[in-house]
Formats: sequence, C-alpha cells, structure tokens
Amino acid sequence: MGLLSDPVRRRGARPPRAAPQTALPVAWLERTMRAVGLEVHTQSFSRKLPFPDETHERYIVSGTNVYGILRAPRAASTESLVLTVPCGSDSTNSQAVGLLLALAAHFRGQIYWAKDIIFLVTEHDLLGTEAWLEAYHDVNVTGMQSSPLQGRAGAIQAAVALELSSDMVTSLDVAVEGLNGQLPNLDLLNLFQTFCQKGGLLCTLQGKLQPQDWTSLDGPLQGLQMLLLMVLRQASGRPHGSHGLFLRYRVEALTLRGINSFRQYKYDLVAVGKALEGMFRKLNHLLERLHQSFFLYLLPAISRFVSIGLYMPAAGFLLLVLGLKISSLHEAGVGLEEPGGSPGPSVPLPPAQGMGLASLVAPLLISQAMGLALYVLPVLGQHVAAQHFPVAEAEAVVLTLLAIYAAGLALPHNTHRVVSTQAPDRGWMALKLVALIYLALQLGCIALTNFSLGFLLAATMVPAAALAKPHGSRTLYAALLVLTSPAATLLGSLFLWRELQEAPLSLAEGWQLFLAALAQGVLEHHTYGALLFPLLSLGLYPCWLLFWNVLFWK
Amino acid sequence: MAAAMPLPLFLLLLLGPGGRCLAEPQRDSLREELVITPLPSGDVAATFQFRTRWDSELQREGGLSVLLKADRLFHTSYHSQAVHIRPVCRNARCTSVSWELRQTLSVVFDAFITGQGKKDWSLFRMFSRTLTEPCPLASESRVYVDITNYNQDNETLEVNPPPTTTYHDVILGTRKTYAIYDLLDTAMINNSRNLNIQLKWKRPPENEFPPVPFLHAQRYVSGYGLQKGELSTLLYNTHPYRAFPVLLLDTVPWYLRLYVHTLTITSKGKDNKPSYIHYQPAQDRLQPHLLEMLIQLPANSVTKVSIQFERALLKWTEYTPDPNHGFYVSPSVLSALVPSMVAAKPVDWEESPLFNSLFPVSDGSNYFMRLYTEPLLVNLPTPDFSMPYNVICLTCTVVAVCYGSFYNLLTRTFHIEEPRTGGLAKRLANLIRRIRGVPPL
Repeated sequence: MGLLSDPVRRRGARPPRAAPQTALPVAWLERTMRAVGLEVHTQSFSRKLPFPDETHERYIVSGTNVYGILRAPRAASTESLVLTVPCGSDSTNSQAVGLLLALAAHFRGQIYWAKDIIFLVTEHDLLGTEAWLEAYHDVNVTGMQSSPLQGRAGAIQAAVALELSSDMVTSLDVAVEGLNGQLPNLDLLNLFQTFCQKGGLLCTLQGKLQPQDWTSLDGPLQGLQMLLLMVLRQASGRPHGSHGLFLRYRVEALTLRGINSFRQYKYDLVAVGKALEGMFRKLNHLLERLHQSFFLYLLPAISRFVSIGLYMPAAGFLLLVLGLKISSLHEAGVGLEEPGGSPGPSVPLPPAQGMGLASLVAPLLISQAMGLALYVLPVLGQHVAAQHFPVAEAEAVVLTLLAIYAAGLALPHNTHRVVSTQAPDRGWMALKLVALIYLALQLGCIALTNFSLGFLLAATMVPAAALAKPHGSRTLYAALLVLTSPAATLLGSLFLWRELQEAPLSLAEGWQLFLAALAQGVLEHHTYGALLFPLLSLGLYPCWLLFWNVLFWK
Repeated sequence: MAAAMPLPLFLLLLLGPGGRCLAEPQRDSLREELVITPLPSGDVAATFQFRTRWDSELQREGGLSVLLKADRLFHTSYHSQAVHIRPVCRNARCTSVSWELRQTLSVVFDAFITGQGKKDWSLFRMFSRTLTEPCPLASESRVYVDITNYNQDNETLEVNPPPTTTYHDVILGTRKTYAIYDLLDTAMINNSRNLNIQLKWKRPPENEFPPVPFLHAQRYVSGYGLQKGELSTLLYNTHPYRAFPVLLLDTVPWYLRLYVHTLTITSKGKDNKPSYIHYQPAQDRLQPHLLEMLIQLPANSVTKVSIQFERALLKWTEYTPDPNHGFYVSPSVLSALVPSMVAAKPVDWEESPLFNSLFPVSDGSNYFMRLYTEPLLVNLPTPDFSMPYNVICLTCTVVAVCYGSFYNLLTRTFHIEEPRTGGLAKRLANLIRRIRGVPPL
C-alpha cells in the first residue's frame, strides 16, 4: 500500500472484494458447540465500507458470527458474561477458538454458575463484534446490517476478549483502552493481575514488562514511558481490541493477547485457561455491576495507577493559560473604550466594536465551512477523484483530506478580498478573543470526556494560540502554528509512539504510517463511531484556522 | 427462554385403575406416583406426587420417597415444589368433608451432566438410588414412563425392565403413551428385589434439532445507557397454518416510565392492531403500569411488541443497598388456547353416518397454556452514595477552620500584662494575697 508505490498498477477500476479470504467454519463451530452442550445461534451481518480498507484489505464485508450460550442451572437468565474470540483474515486466532471450546466444555459440567456465559466467535474481528453488540442491544448506531439475534441471556455484566497467536505463550498482554478513550473499571484489570500472579503468568502492559526497581531512576522512567504510551493510545480513540466496542454499552471488558516471544520460559494453554477460569468464577460471584473502583485512570504500570484527581489539574492549568489570555485581551479591548485608557501594550486607536463584530462573522463562517468541507468532501468525492486521477479510492480520500487541509493555509490571503477593507486594525484582537474562547471551550469538553486527547491537544495548541499575533516575526509564529496544527500533532505523536515502543521510524515510513492513520481514522468514524475525525475536522481545525487568520491579519 | 413444551409437570391422575370419582374415597389412602418424561432436548423431567386423604398426615417410609435425595436433586437444571390442600366430600351428599393434601416436586435433569452426553438414563443415574419396596402405607404406588415417541419402532431404544401395562391419554393436545410400573405388584419387585428403570438407545439418535413448540416467547430490553430503553417481547407462532389469539399481560414497575404512544406491534413486517387493549397508567410509588392486550398471531410468524420507556431517578432512601445490581421487571404472562396438530381425530367419511357432515369437525385439540417470559434486570441511574459523607467532611472542615479563625480574630481581647519584678518573697506574698482576694503588691 502506499502513495509512493507504482501508480501504473493502480490505474483502472479496482473490483470490490466481496469474498472473504478465510471464512469462518460456521457449520463445524455450530456442531462442536452443540456437542459441548451449549445453546448455539448464528447471526449474519453485512456492511459496505465507505471506501476500501487498505490495511485489512476489505470493502464489502459480510460474515457470520457464531455464539453458544451456557445456561446457568436454576437461574433465571437475567445476567450474563461474555468470552469472545475475534477471528479475522489477518489473524485467524484459531488457538483461541480451541481454548474457548475447551473452556466451554469444562464450564458446562459445573453447577456453580449463577450467570449465563456466552461464548462468541466473530468474523472480521471488530466488525463482527460491533454487529453482534448492535443486534444484542437492538440498536443501529453505525449503519451495519445485522440479522436479529435469536438467543439472548439478559444483561451482560462483563466481557473478556481473547487473542492468541500460538499454542505456547510467554506472556499475556492486556489492553484496556477502548473506543473514544473509554476505559473499563479498574477492578477488572486488578482481577486479571491477581490471577496472573496466582498462576505465575507473566503479564505485560503496552507490550512492556513491569518496572521492578522503583527506588532508582529506572523504574519511574519506564513508568513514564508506559504512561505516555497509554496517553497516546487513549488519545487516538481507536478500539484496541474487541473489548473497546463493549465499553460503549457499559459492559466492562478487557482484551488479553497471548504473546509468543523469544523467552526461555513458556506457558501452555492450560495455564492461560486456568487464569480465565479464575476470572470467570470471580465475575460469577459479582452481586452488582463493577462500579467500586475508578473509571478514569492512567497506568504507569499494571499494578499502579494515577487517578483523575491527580492528573486533571494538569489540563486545568493549561486551560488556565487560555483563560488568562482571554481576560487580558478583554481588558485591553475594554480599556480602549475610555479615552484615557489603561496603559495598553499597543498603540491606542479608536475601537469600533460594531464594526469589529461584523468583521468577525466572515472568518468564522469561512473557517467552519472549511471544517465542514474537510469532514464531508473526502468520502463524498472519492469516486470523482478516483475517476480523474490515477489513484485508488482510499488514496483519493487521504489526498483530498490533505488538499483541503493545505488549502486552508491559503485562506487569509483570500478572505481579505472578501471582507471589506474597513476592518479596523484592532479587529484581530476581537477575533483572537473569540478564537481563544472557542478553543478553551472545545479543549475543556474534550478533556472531560477523553483526558489524553484533551491534554495532548492543549499541550500543543495552547502555546501557539496564546502567542499568535500579527505583529512581530510572522514567519516564526507561522512555523510554530503550523507545527502545532492538529495534523502535525498527529504526525508527531505517531513518531513519538513508535519511538516509545523502541521501533523508531524513518521519515518515509512515518509518512506512510501517517497516511494510513488518516485513512483509518476516517474509516473508524464511519464503522464504529469513533469521534477523533469529527472532533479534529469540525472542531479544532476551524479553530486553528482562526488563529492562522489572526496571524495574517492585515 | 420460556417454552410451551408439552411437559406433564402438573399431571394429576385422580382416576387410578379401579377408582371412580363418584365412589366414596377411602378413608386412609396414600397415593404416590412418579412420572418420567424425556424432553425433546434430551433432558429428563421427573415429577413426584404424593396425595393423602387423611385428617392428619402420616409418615411415609419406603416407596418412592427413597428417591428424594437432596444431593442429586439439587444438581438439576430446574426444580419446583408445590403443596395443594383442598377439602373433598366424603359422600355424594357432601355431609362430611375430609382434607386432601397433595405434595408435588418437579425436577428436570440435565442430560449433559447426568448422562455424560449420551441420551441414556436410568433411575440409578438420576437419583443414585433404586426402588426396593413399596411404601407399606400406600394404597397405590406407581411409576409412569413416557414412551410416546418410541412406541412405534422397537429397534431404536429399549426400556428395561419391559413394562407389563401401558396407559394412553391425550395430554396437552398430543396423544401420549405411558408405561406403568406398579410397585405394589409383587411380581415386579420380587424378581430382583430392586427396580431400576433404564432407557437405552440402541441406535444413537441423530443430532437433530429438538421440535419447537407452537407458542414460545422471548423478552429483552433494547437500547443502552441509563436514560431510556425499549421493552421488546417476541412472540413466536410456529404452527404451519393456524393463527390463534394470545392474551399478553404486562406489569411494569412505576420507575420505568412507559410511553404508550410508542407501543408498536408488528407481525411479518406489517402493523398488527390488537383486538383489545387495556392500559392502566402507573402512579409513582403506588402502583405499576398494567398493560393487557389481545393479539392475533398469524400462522408461522414472529410478532414483536415493543414499547419505549424512560428510567426514573428514585429518591435517596428508595434505593436498595445494592442499586448497581439493577431492578427487576416481572415477566409478562401470555395466555392462549394453543391448537394442536396431531390429536385431531381423523374422521373416516365412509364409515361414519351421513349426518356427521352437518356438524363442524370438532377438533377438541386446543389446550390452554399460560406462559411466562423471562424476568428482566434494568439499571436505574444511581447517584454517588459517598457524596453525603464527602460533603459533611468538607463543610465541617471549612466551618472549623474558616469560621473558627474568624471568630477567634473578631472576639479575641488583649490584656496588657505588667512585667513581674521582685524576688521570691514578694511573689510568695502576692500569691497569698491573691488567695485572700486582695489586690497584689
């Protein structure tokens, strides 16, 4: 994949891929689950993605989910737990299916179950999981066509997603970040960690081992590394595993990945199965939904957390900078009304408030229109672009995105022909005031729902926004503003993320990854309802354009 | 999933062989009975009934009660106990009355756990006991085994020991055949001194789907979040050509505020208007919603009844100690006269008289069924119950620190203190003068 590949090869219409490469053996799964003693149902789903997905190589997706329900004896089927194994064409996850069937056979013979257990095998990993969840809750959030479910088991209390690459594992990696930065209750993670310790399993977070030495500088540095990785993953708003899609429906969920690396000590699936059995027995004992522990936290290590009361003031202080700037601008604006005036920082000129407000409307409308174009045009216009240029649809979308983004940079030079030249010289202060208020409101709202995204954007955009003014060295401010624009933040965080994972990228690779991330962001917004793309395009990009307008104010 | 399977769970046989309801009931009679019915899914349902007609209850020993062992009975999928007491007339003119006590225990054994996956079963495997002797006080002690499906071909299964008598009847719209084992029959017990009824499949049954009952229902809550939701009930009519009406009774607690204008009933994609609706709105904290509808279910269809609701915020003291568990919604009750397909007597038009064609074919195969859907668990928005503690701590701290400091500053008075001069004698004299109440030197 890639825009730097041979364009000759991509000329011509690409036929949509309708047939999956490795289909799920539905009949065999049904028979086996029935033989184990579960109540088996299937569900079919189909979806046409807005444009072909290059990373997973799919466009028109249709598949079947298979799930078996273990009914608890002498219970009323009011609550249930879910063990899900997502199967996709890129990761067949067949070992996990085997473990699921073995666990089902073991669980079937026990009499202590008070909640039903649903064993779910999904096709096309996350798409199948979303289809199943939407059909289970009888909603239609993402436009997926899924057939209605025949068998249900009451309200789902908790879910565990399992991904295994081989039958021997050296460590179990746990993923907690979900869609739009939602996190499960910390109790679920503590439960997993307890059983890892009991079984002597090695458990990792973010793919890294736990720092052992907290007294010297190494431990805290490693912890900081893992904290930054979690912040970056949470800010991206992607569901890092099937569990991320369960969180929207307020079902606490985790993803466990078995990693087989080059370590000497390996565990077989019996150890993993024992840990899972322990987790399910503990979840079976729950009288209430998990609510006692934190829902909002950051993890420097698997056994340490930072609660919201400790990290929220950081975002608060960044927004305080904006607040102070707003009040100082307001003071300067108000002070100019009086003829004497408080000693302002610039040349006093008669302000024209009415004229100032009218001249604000044009930049605001144009910026918001650019944001709307950035949101709507790439997906709508992909076919038109693919016809006129020798690119595939996915590349057309990405290129349109970049083109509209760069076109916004040329705006100030054009809007000044639209806006009347009677705009006063101090009008830029009013525009900056409005832009700062807009930015503060947006960042405040984002920080409340997804703290990592809010903090990351605040840390990059607040200094540039506070410093933007048309006087002084314009090129320096312009460079600063471009470097802190949302797209540049995305690019920088990609590089930082790979750097923290100790797999640094070269520039070309980074650019490719950036383009893939753009395509994935748009796709995930349409398929799962991820909010990063609309937030950046409809909210932050117009705001950033306003600051660009302020910088190039004539 | 509730199902209208033809379970003879509450089968009452007042007519034993040789007993008529008009004759005077025996004064000291204990009848005990065990009915074993294999269910279509492979599980085995066993129903014990003990009926005494005494003025007082006597102890039972032996007989069927040896099978009632708690450790096996509580390894089952389902169990239900009932006690019925009613007066019965002793003679035709009802001048004297005695009391009848009937105790019923129904259990459903999980074929997977008891039979280790095979569909064979035996009394020993189910109860870990066999029947050794009849109860000495019992006038009647019988075991009935449902062998309806297996009557035709003896090659598929084998019932051990082979039954001597059988009993035929129409139960719940289907013809059933029961094999009878009479414990009071000396020939039955004498042979081996214990009776272990076994059923073995000679040819393993194909892994086919169990037959679906004509009427079954499902209920669930759609939507997510703590603000609103939708109650959906799915009614399945799997009869190939008969449509029949169903009376649906819903009792929804008051804290789920139903929006009756969103009530929709759809069958096969089209709107289905009920013939009769009775709705009684809820009053907060007084009475729940009552919704009763008569819905015609078309043949071979799925009907979806859905109504949207909003979750109410309860008062502080109305929350249970475990509010995050959720609140229960009682099951809805479906009452229907379900038609049966097979029990209709085939009319031989050549043999019967001609006037038979003047009268409508009496089906006689409807049976009344009351069905309960599953109960539901819904979460209501719960407040943070630790907030009163937090608020009390914070306000007390604020009051103590701030108000206390201000009060101190405002009301503190300052005295000027003279520096003490003089030696020890003067101090001692001052001390004595202070005690006396005289101003010091």
